[in-house]
Parts: sequence; structure tokens; C-alpha cells
Amino acid sequence: METKIGAYFCKGCGIGGCLDIDKLLKAATAAKVPVVKSHDILCSQAGVDSIKADIAGAGVNRVSVVACSPRVFPELFEFGKDVLTDRVNVREGVAWCCKPNDEDTQMLAEDCVRMSVARLVNSAPAEPFVEETSKAVLVVGAGMAGLTAAKSAAQAGYKVVLVEKEERLGGWASKFSKVVPKGPVYREPEDSGVEALVQEVESHPNIKVHKGATVAKTVGQPGKFMAALEKGGVTTEVTVGSIVLASGWKPYDASKLGRWGYGASPDVITNVRFEELAAKGRIMRPSDGKPVTSVAFIQCAGSRDAEHLPYCSAVCCRVSLKQALHVRREHPEAKVYIIYKDLRSPAQYERFYARVAEDEGVFLTKGEIAEVKKEADGLISVRAEKTLLGEDITVRADLVVLATGMVPSTKVEPGPAAAEGAAGKTCDPEKEGKTADGKKEAESAELGAKILNLTYRQGTDLPTLKYGFPDSHFICFPYETRRTGIYAAGAVRAPMDLASGAGDGRGAALKAIQCVEAISRGAAVHPRAGDLSYPEFFMQRCTQCKRCTEECPFGSLDEDNKGTPLPNPLRCRRCGVCLGACPERIVSFKNFNVNMVSKMIKAIEVPEEDEDKPRILAFICENDALASLDMAGVMRLQRNAMIRIIPLRCLGSMNAVWVSDALAGGIDGVLLIGCKKGDDYQCHFIRGSELADYRMGNVKEKLKQLVLEEERVEIHELAITDYRRIPEIFDKFLETIRRVGPNPYKDM
Amino acid sequence: MAEQKIADSMSADILVVGGGIAGMTAALEAAEAGKTVVLSEAKPSLGGRVAATNQYFPKLCPPSCGIEINLRRIKANPSITVLTLAEVEGLSGGRGGHEARIKLHPRFVNEKCTACGDCEKACEVERDNDFNFGLDKTKAVYLPHLMAYPFRYVVDPKHAGDPRMKKAAAACAYGAVELDMKPRTLTLKVGAVVWATGWKPYDAAKLDRLGFGRYRNVVTNSMMERLASQSGPTGGKLVRPSDQVGLKKVGFVQCAGSRDEKHLPYCSAVCCLASMKQATYVRAQYPDAEIHIFYIDVRAPGRMEDFYVKAQEDKKLFFHRGKVGTITEVEGSRNLVLEAENTLTGELTKTEVDMAVLAVGMVPNTADEKPPLDTPLDEFGFIAPDTGKGVIGAGTVTRPLDVASSVVDATGAAMRALIAAAEASAAGRN
Repeated sequence: METKIGAYFCKGCGIGGCLDIDKLLKAATAAKVPVVKSHDILCSQAGVDSIKADIAGAGVNRVSVVACSPRVFPELFEFGKDVLTDRVNVREGVAWCCKPNDEDTQMLAEDCVRMSVARLVNSAPAEPFVEETSKAVLVVGAGMAGLTAAKSAAQAGYKVVLVEKEERLGGWASKFSKVVPKGPVYREPEDSGVEALVQEVESHPNIKVHKGATVAKTVGQPGKFMAALEKGGVTTEVTVGSIVLASGWKPYDASKLGRWGYGASPDVITNVRFEELAAKGRIMRPSDGKPVTSVAFIQCAGSRDAEHLPYCSAVCCRVSLKQALHVRREHPEAKVYIIYKDLRSPAQYERFYARVAEDEGVFLTKGEIAEVKKEADGLISVRAEKTLLGEDITVRADLVVLATGMVPSTKVEPGPAAAEGAAGKTCDPEKEGKTADGKKEAESAELGAKILNLTYRQGTDLPTLKYGFPDSHFICFPYETRRTGIYAAGAVRAPMDLASGAGDGRGAALKAIQCVEAISRGAAVHPRAGDLSYPEFFMQRCTQCKRCTEECPFGSLDEDNKGTPLPNPLRCRRCGVCLGACPERIVSFKNFNVNMVSKMIKAIEVPEEDEDKPRILAFICENDALASLDMAGVMRLQRNAMIRIIPLRCLGSMNAVWVSDALAGGIDGVLLIGCKKGDDYQCHFIRGSELADYRMGNVKEKLKQLVLEEERVEIHELAITDYRRIPEIFDKFLETIRRVGPNPYKDM
Repeated sequence: MAEQKIADSMSADILVVGGGIAGMTAALEAAEAGKTVVLSEAKPSLGGRVAATNQYFPKLCPPSCGIEINLRRIKANPSITVLTLAEVEGLSGGRGGHEARIKLHPRFVNEKCTACGDCEKACEVERDNDFNFGLDKTKAVYLPHLMAYPFRYVVDPKHAGDPRMKKAAAACAYGAVELDMKPRTLTLKVGAVVWATGWKPYDAAKLDRLGFGRYRNVVTNSMMERLASQSGPTGGKLVRPSDQVGLKKVGFVQCAGSRDEKHLPYCSAVCCLASMKQATYVRAQYPDAEIHIFYIDVRAPGRMEDFYVKAQEDKKLFFHRGKVGTITEVEGSRNLVLEAENTLTGELTKTEVDMAVLAVGMVPNTADEKPPLDTPLDEFGFIAPDTGKGVIGAGTVTRPLDVASSVVDATGAAMRALIAAAEASAAGRN
């Protein structure tokens, strides 16, 4: 269909008072826009109707709305899937932040219009990638989290395949006799309820259970994952749409706990061993089977400890409180000591703590363990310093229970031989994510446990975040994952108790359902939820440089043996990092591509050198920086009018060729503004801002080739709340550019 | 989608009550799973308490960043209808379907508002800014905050009848200010109801010996967020309230009313980390300031421990084990003396600071405003877990939670709502 552009100019909200609208209309006409109109209040019913009338009557199918920010009134200016709308922000972005009735401000607005026209001419409405997909959910692991996920998805009407490597379902919950109270009045240990849950799951018509089975291989992409389930040498293939990884946790290796007396006596046991003993019968002293009279619980045995597990396992304090009660119930004469660093019983669990503290036989103290040793009489002495009594105490116990922490099942503990070389690589945040090379990630995944056995170019399993947990880095989006359609839940994601594990599994089931629903429509999942565009590759020009396959933050591109990318559109999150990575410019979205941006840059009018009107181009992240610029506008923070803005899906989608296009075309300087990178990165696409920074290397090379000063390109991190910094960044850069002087390519 | 043209009666799969982070999440997660959702918020805009928070621990990132993404998801999703200034007046039914009666309080500004700000400029009436805990004022016609959604002005109902407001109304070129706007009521048929009405800070004035309300330099942790915020009363400059002077010595009083039989017997789970986070606000502006944190137990679960470890690297940040019993003001300087018993050494300590921050706990809004349908609550007013009765709780109405946990909880609540809506729709077909 032929494209026909209509440009509609709003005069309201101060725009008409700041800009010469007639001149703007002329600029649009000069840019060959056939339908050009202005309105006093474009967002009014009459304004919107006039656009609709042109769509229906005049065949307009590309609409340039020259008014306010795309962040406001989006629904007013949506005209169906066949009409492409571009919002040209001359309100927050021009009239509210630049000098009114000024030549430079007017030129800025006119450039904005020309850039919009270039955008509309060189893009098209997105067409979804739709294929026949499965809406079934694969749940790996049948502990509390996995069972709850499976049951939830099944209850909502989705088919579920549940795989458990053990011969029975239930996980840790089925091995504990009682659990910490999960509800009011939070005082007495209760049943976990896992048996009933197992029964429901096993009898649910929507759930197919595979016990004693593992996932030998997972190929494909969301909506069409093919998982090979292996049981006793027999392989069953299942097709599923999404995956919940609920493979749980394992206890920290007790053999490393010699400092806390482990191994010194059979009477020093772990909290997990305690549960096993409790499940078998009355708790007795392991060495001689006699009743216990004095039991010491040592909290944080190997936890919150830089040499062991640096993190807190979140549940051990409450577990010890529960086990203390268990001892007291079975042995009313026994004394129980709990020695902790900080007693952590958050939320309503404080009530359980208070209930245990009421028990006169339970003695709780803060303290640091100085020594645990076996005495000649067979008892174990535990010496603690810095206790609440203000003095050292020594407890002589006939049973010592070490509260050991949780290790995610995704983590492989390096053996003694491997430890030297491999230590840290699986989970070291210093190394992970700091490189632009996807190989490192592949390595990291190789060193992790193989649970899903994905046949992805970037590794076999979910990338881990820290300490081996495949957790999300995003506070607002805790299910965010770097492998589309695969969601971690329960203690594999982060240390958590059974109640939280169940809740986590329920949420993960929702995400899994959401994914299969979105994929079935060809829509993206978070954070560009609903986006129907996807990248297409013009393979004839591919040089097999592998940048896209290495840099995709979500591992969506595989490779053939020559290194040619094999796209998996259903894994794609539409960030455009591949588009930014490709030196051959072969990656395009219908509504976002290299040519489109190049043409937008070309649309900027570059005044002659002697006019002293520097031109600066700013590529900004449309997730955070764009909003920040809007807020600066709302606050009427004034800035210079020399800067032309092109928002990008992510700064990682910036292709270095645009910088050379701009500079070769006489633009004096280029600003790149994205989100924070590094350990506490805020990039919604994980590595986008880091990759942009990395590509600055290429940009500097280009500058050298063009014999231009390095200062002509600057990269900035800007948080969404940094609006007060914007005028300064813009004005300082303008100063820099004035100092460096005009771009010598201007007059060529 | 914002309330442009809301019909008097409508139906949806799910009603979510409360538009803070939990409610927004529950609504979005359900809508993106294909359900139709009505999101009902009592305030004039979405965002709840996270919108008033300066940064999140442990990343020290701004909540606006996540709100922006969530708002973008809402704007892009035709399956969500957002109601603001909305109050659920009645809810009936049970498994199989509910009918809700929702009162829409007048905004006094209609959908023609473009947020240009001309009314605000012309307005001569001021009000206390509740968003900033009354630490400053706004005009009586105001934009709730920079991230407000809907992005539209609102008139404080206390001042709508003030004749001086006519000037503000007249300044609007779009006819958007409607000072005689009337409330309306709509009825809604839904398959499931998620309750996410959130929390409020414990009333610090009840902590008699800690001086809040008597001494201006005693503030709460929630106020501290506003004091540190770019959009706060001081534009982000941390100064003490009595004289706007910079900070040299700040005290954080943990468990102010929490883990206390006389006040909140439970732990609010986030305050330790919140205070350590607020210590970084102080440190960022005052490299030499002394910071003292008085605590009973430092609770930093999971990998939050890293944040605690990092806090301990600050050489001028001191952790004191002990609960502050009394705060007194020093005459003249308006400094504060924190009296605490150090439970490690047993000694009674007195520490003079120039500002004290009370880490007050979270009270579920369900404690005062009980959810409908006889929803079972625990003794503190939180919605009891897993009863399967009444409305589906999400976020801090179920227990004190940090933001990430609240989002997990809300996503799980959306899952429950999907199941209940599926049951209701099956029942409707039968």
C-alpha cells in the first residue's frame, strides 16, 4: 500500500505562542507531506476527529502528531494497526524548555518535523511473527514451588508437564515433619500440607507427571520448546510453550564446616540431618542413642561468611526456632541454646520467635562462635564471644546443630581440583556482565549445573545473577529473566521458606501463562510487552562476525557452524541490540531500522559554518532518559535549542554507523544518553547501556578515520529522576562543541 | 487506558483494588495474560507509596524507572481500565462472580485537561502537600506528582467550593476545570477481586518518648524519602527541618514501635534495609557526617546481606545494638539526645545528633478499612494467607514486604485471580 503522510500541528499548551506554526506547516509541505493541518487543541474530540476523517477519507496512513510527548494521551492518537503514528514532541521537548519566538527554537521544531517525516517514510507498521505454538507449561522440579506452579497453571486451564528427578514428588517439604507456622496465630509448627498438594497434582487431568526423570535436552524457543525427558535410558519428547525452573536447593557442603565442629563428633549435625532424625523418631544423641539434655544451635554456620556463603539463607533462624521447640517437646528436661549473629524472623514470624523465647528452656543469645570442640567426656563445648550477657559463654552440649545455608541447585560446587581455575566464574559478579563478549556467559553457564540443557549458543541453562542463583536483577520485575519464556521459582531463585516458595511458584506460573499467550499472538513479553515488531536479518550480507549472536542479552540467536546467525524470533525481546551490533546493517525491524535513523539524521538541516549554529544529535534511551526529558519539560527547565533528539529502544540498539553518518553530514557533536551500567545496572535490557559504552571504542575509531576530535562524542548515564541535570549536560556539551569548533565536514 | 468514557455499568474478568506497586502489578500481570481488568485507585493517581520513595535498596535505583515501564504497559494495554479517586462502596457475591459498586469522587478536572499548568499558575489557594507529608504546600489545583497517571490536574475537594478557585477555573483554555463536578457511582461485574490497598506508616505520634511531633528534627523514615527526593520539598537537599541546616550527625532509630507488644508486635521486614539505604542518602551529600543506627537485630535476608556488609564498610556509620528508649531535645541547638541501652555491653548510652529518623513500621490499610466479603484477617489486620475466603490479598496487605517481594506476591495474586475468574466464567456458562 502506498504511504500517505498527514502532519497535524497542535497550537495548544503554549506551542502556538512559542512557535510560528505557519512556518512549521510550510516545513512539512516542503518535506513533501501531502496533508498538513493545524488545530487549536489537537487532543480535543474535534482535533482527533479531523485526523480520523483524513484517514478514512483522504487515505492518510502515516500520521505525524506534532504536539505533546508520546508519553501522554497515547490512546487518543492510535488509529489501528494499519496506521503508523509518530508523536513529535514540541510541547515538553520544545515549547516548554526552549526560548519562545526564537530563531533557534523554531529551527529545532522544524527539524523535529522533518525527522518525523523521514521516520514515517522509512518505516512501516509492525507485522507480528505468528506461528503455531504450544500453550503447555513445563515445570522442572516438584517441590513446594514446582507443585504450586503446576497446580496453578493447570487450574487456570493450561496443560502442564511436571518433571521430578526423584521417584516421588514433594521435595524438601515432604522430608520435614513439621514446618514453621505459615499463618495466624504464628505460634506452633504445623504440617506443610505438601501431601495433599502432591495428591492434587498427581490426579489433575491437566498435569502429566514424569517422576525419576531429568531434562536431557531443550531445543527451540518459547511457544515451541521441545524438551527431551529422560528416564532410565528412555527418552520422551514433549512440546511446551514455556518453562518454570523450580529445581530447588541443596544444603551447603557440611564437610567445609570444620570450624564449627562438623566432623569432630557424630553429635555435631546439620539442621537438615536434624530433620531426617526427627522424621525417623525421637531425637537422640547420634553417638550413643541416649536422650539429649543440652542442645546448642549454631546459626549462620557457613552463612553470612565471606569464605563460605556470603549471603543469608533467610530461613535458618526460624528453622532453628522450630527445631528448638521440637527438642523441648520431646525432651522437656533438655536445655536448648541458640547462638546467633542477628535473629532474623521477619514480619509476623516475630510472633513465633516471641513464642519460642517464652519457653524457659530455650536460651537465645547473640554471639560470635569462637570455638567448637569435643571434650574428653564426649560432650561438645561451644564457646561464644560478644554475647548479650557482655561476657563469653561456653555451652557444654550433647548435641550441636549447625544451621547451614541453602545453595541453589543451579550451582556446581567446584571440586578441589577445579576450585583454583573455576572458582568465581559461575557467579562472580565482578566478571559476569562486565564483558561485551557473550562467550563469558556461555562459560558461566557451562560451569553451572546442567538442568535444562538448552541448546542455546549462549549456554545450557539460565544465566545466574549472584552466588549461583538465577534471580532477577530488577526490584520491580523479580521474574525478569534472561532466557525468554523460562522463569525461575522457589529456592533456586533466592533463599526462601516453603510458604514463599509456594507463592513464588504461583507467580512464575502466571508469567509462564502470560508468555505462551503473548507468543501465540506474536507479541513480545516484558519489558516491551505487546510489541509486535521483530528483527529480520538480510542474511546475504552477513559476514559471520558473530557480534549479534554474542551480544544478544537474551541468547535469542543461535549460530550455524559457519557462524551465521540463526534467529529465534520467539525468544526475542525486541531491544534492538542486534541491530546496534551489526556492522553490515542487516538487522531491521519494520518500524525501526538503520536506514530509518540514517534518514532522520539526514533530515536535520545543518546551517553553514559561519552561522554559528552548532548542531548536536542526542541518541537517548526511550525507557528512562526520554521520561526524564519530559519531566524536565514539565518543570520548565530551560535548555539550549541546538540539540536534536532521536529516542532508541535501548542505547544498546545504537549502531555506530549513525554516529559517522551524523558527523560526516556536518553535525558537530553526538550525545549518547542511556541508563546506568555496571553491577547495579538499570538498563531494562540488562546489557544495553554497557554495550553502548563498549561500542564507544568503535566510535572513537570512526572519529579517528574522519580526523575528528574525540570530544565530539560523549556518553552519559542518566537516571529517570535526573531531570535537573539535563540542562547542564546539554549546555556543557554545547560549550565543548563551541570550544572544539565547527565540524569541518559541514561545508562539504 | 485511563478513564475517558467510563460507562455506568461494566464487566471485567478481574477487579484490582489499590494502584500501588502491588495493585499495578496484579492488574498488569493478569491483563498481559489475556484478562480484562479494572484497576481502582482511591488517590488521584497511580503509584502508591513507591511513587513517594526516593530510591530502592539495594540497587539505589529510582522507583520511577519501574513505574514508567508499568505505566507504559498500562497505556499500551486496552484490557486495563484505570479508575482513580475511586472507592469500593460495596462488594457482593462469591466464587462464581462478584458485583462491585464503585463511587468515583469528583476530580473537579475533566478529561480535557492537558496538564499545561495554566490553572495552577492562576490559583491563589494553597494546601498542605500530603505527598510530601505536609512538609511543603501545593496549589489547591495540583498535579499529584511528575509521574502521575492519569497525567492530569486535580482539585483538592476541601477547596473546590472556595470562591477564589473560580480564577483557576477561568484560566483553563480547555474548559477542563469543573468546580461543580459531582460524584458518580458505577457497578461492575467481575469474576475475581484482588485487594491491594497497601500500608501506612505506624503513627509516630503514639511513640510518646521518641518526641515525634514535639521536636521538629525527629522525622519518620517515610518523610526521609521525601526529604531526599528530587521532587521533594527541598529538591533533594537533605537538611534538618527546624533550620534547613546541613547534617553533621544523624541517628536512625530502628524498631520505632515495631517488635513491641505495646505498638506493633511484628517486624516490618524492610526498615533495617531502608535505614541503611537512607544512610547512603546522607553519605552522598555529607561525606563527613556521622551516622548512628540503633538496632535490635539487623535483618537483611538473602543477598541483601551484601548491602549490610557494604554499609559496614562506611567508617563513619556506626551500628549500636540497643533500642532507643527516649529522645529529648537540647534547648537552643534543637539537637536531639538518643538514650539507648547497649544490649551487648549493658551500658546506657546517650548520643547527641542533629536529626533523628524513626524507622516506623508498616500498618496494613486493611487494619482500619476492612476488606469486604468477611475476608479473614490476622490479629494485626493483615489478610490471612491461603484461606481461600473473601478477596485475594496482594502485597503489603498480606504481610510486611519489600518491593520485590510485593511484586512476587502480586503476581501470585494475579494467578489466583485468573483461576477464580476462570471458575466464575465456567459457572456463568453453566
